[in-house]
Amino acid sequence: MMQAVPIYLENCAKTFTDGTRALEPVDLAIAAGETLVLLGPSGCGKTTTLRLIAGLEQPDAGGRVLFGGEDVTALPIEKRNVGMVFQSYALFPNMTVAENIAYGLRLRRQSAAEQRARVGEMLALMRIERLADRSIDQLSGGQRQRVALARALAVRPRALLLDEPLTALDAKLRDTLRFEIDSLLRELGITAIYVTHDQAEAMALGDRIVVMDHGRIAQVGAPRDIYQRPASRYVAEFIGTMNRLSGHAEGEVFRCPGGYVVWPELPATAREILFRPEDTRIAAEGEAASLRGTVSAAFFCGDHVRLFVDVGEERPLVLETPARREYRHGETVALAVERHGLMVL
Amino acid sequence: MPRRQFLLLLLPAALFFSAFFLLPMARLFFIGASGESGWLAYLAIVTDANYFRALWTTLAVAAVTTVLTLAISSIAGVFLERHRFPGRAALVAAMTLPLAFPGVVVGFMVIMLAGRQGIIGEVFTMFGGERPIFAYSLAGLCMGYVYFSIPRTILTIMAAAEKLDPRLEEAARSFGATPWQVVRDVILPGLRPALISAGAICFATAVGAFGTAFTLATRIEVLPMVIYTEFTMSANIAMAAALSFSLGAVAWLALAVARSASGSTVAAAG
Ligand SMILES: Nc1ncnc2c1ncn2[C@@H]1O[C@H](COP(=O)(O)OP(=O)(O)O)[C@@H](O)[C@H]1O
Ligand SMILES: [Mg+2]
Repeated sequence: MMQAVPIYLENCAKTFTDGTRALEPVDLAIAAGETLVLLGPSGCGKTTTLRLIAGLEQPDAGGRVLFGGEDVTALPIEKRNVGMVFQSYALFPNMTVAENIAYGLRLRRQSAAEQRARVGEMLALMRIERLADRSIDQLSGGQRQRVALARALAVRPRALLLDEPLTALDAKLRDTLRFEIDSLLRELGITAIYVTHDQAEAMALGDRIVVMDHGRIAQVGAPRDIYQRPASRYVAEFIGTMNRLSGHAEGEVFRCPGGYVVWPELPATAREILFRPEDTRIAAEGEAASLRGTVSAAFFCGDHVRLFVDVGEERPLVLETPARREYRHGETVALAVERHGLMVL
Repeated sequence: MPRRQFLLLLLPAALFFSAFFLLPMARLFFIGASGESGWLAYLAIVTDANYFRALWTTLAVAAVTTVLTLAISSIAGVFLERHRFPGRAALVAAMTLPLAFPGVVVGFMVIMLAGRQGIIGEVFTMFGGERPIFAYSLAGLCMGYVYFSIPRTILTIMAAAEKLDPRLEEAARSFGATPWQVVRDVILPGLRPALISAGAICFATAVGAFGTAFTLATRIEVLPMVIYTEFTMSANIAMAAALSFSLGAVAWLALAVARSASGSTVAAAG
């Protein structure tokens, strides 16, 4: 078992020497054994946050990084005992797979027998036993990332830090490896911080997600919370797809170019209402059709059709509907919105 | 590629190689055997004690020069590649300046530094010490060779240092590697191809250097000087040719060994 520690960032800001303010003061508590995902578009400060935790960067004065009860702010990465996994794998090209995995053990002066046993364990854990004696340039991307994970975990680090580990892989491999990393992190119970710009990856892996925006934390929460109760429009638009209607409130009725939506809790000042594609559906026969629009695109996805319906808004509404019925471009459809999915931000 | 096009594109290299290397080398090879001792002249380089000593001195000076040059260029090259400071461009330009100096000038500079009136001597006497004069010793010769070897090497190493992946060093550090372990396990292996190719050229150049040796090697016998003496003083053209050919062979061997060790990244083998 790993020695899982909680990690705390207290008032951690980062200004680079060239004056770039990469991170505004941030407070963050990561529970022992938790997988926390840092999510956001490129340049929002995810890597910087990870490097502060790793000890590769120092926070601006006043910031503190704690591992459990220990203040590690002044410790460089060499002294923090964290495992790193990079997008570019960063495997040592002059060493074989087994030598890469044994590297940390060698620096810790473990005996040859101990090293061999631990390397064997890690190869088995990542199911790459056959690759032990290969050189790095003989491996595929997916195999390289497995070796990198094995190497990082071999030394039983206090935390595992992963910076976009799947971004360089193709879609299919990304899915398989994401699944493997998920079960691995759960099985090991290690504290893990995972950086990605891919919201699907974040939702699948994270116990909690930190959505970042220009060096600030926009929202922290479980994937479900963030998806269902986004704290801001930024979060709502970044996670999943959001449908939007603009118009004005008349009592319980929101009027918009495509028709109206009835919502008892409608705030009187609402200028815009939001809802997810899964709360949008084609109105049933005989149902009072409150919204009407024309099909602007229909993508057949096998079990369902992804439908784009123009209701006179800036962007068409998106919904998924069973593939039994065919939809033609320009066809008029009536839509209904589930009330429980409505929100204003 | 069609055969005709292949031959056509090979032509410039083939012509150049024949005109400036193959034909003169072949001629030299036969002239070497044209003296009184015939083909035995080629054996003289190992049987004649003077020639053999000169060969060893040449190889030793070249080896020491190569090691020192690589050590200095690696440290300076990696440092210059990683740090940006005012005057950096000027410093890089100054370090590559000796490329334009003839060997004789390099020799003069060593004399000005470590000769009888040299700056090093002045400094030592200023503090009441002995006046060290090593311009005309092996140390002085190596100093001159290192001086004109650094420009070639440092540019190769800076180019290689730029390509080192900083993530590799960070990964090593995450396992607790000390700076020295990072150098041993990441930086040196990363620079290896550049070190081998730059080192081979440095060695070959030092083996054949003449101008600097001409200025400084008044008491030391290195092969290029021996060849010069045989040719001009003794008019022993056959011996000079045999020694020249051997010198070429040694330089070629150094490059070939380096090439096979590094996997064909070495610039030249001739
Ligand atoms: N060493 C550095 N020096 C100056 N600016 C930097 C440095 N590293 C990152 N930045 C800047 O800080 C911001 C955040 O970068 P980063 O944390 O790498 O973002 P992300 O990982 O989310 O893409 C960016 O604007 C980036 O250009
Ligand atoms: Mg990043």
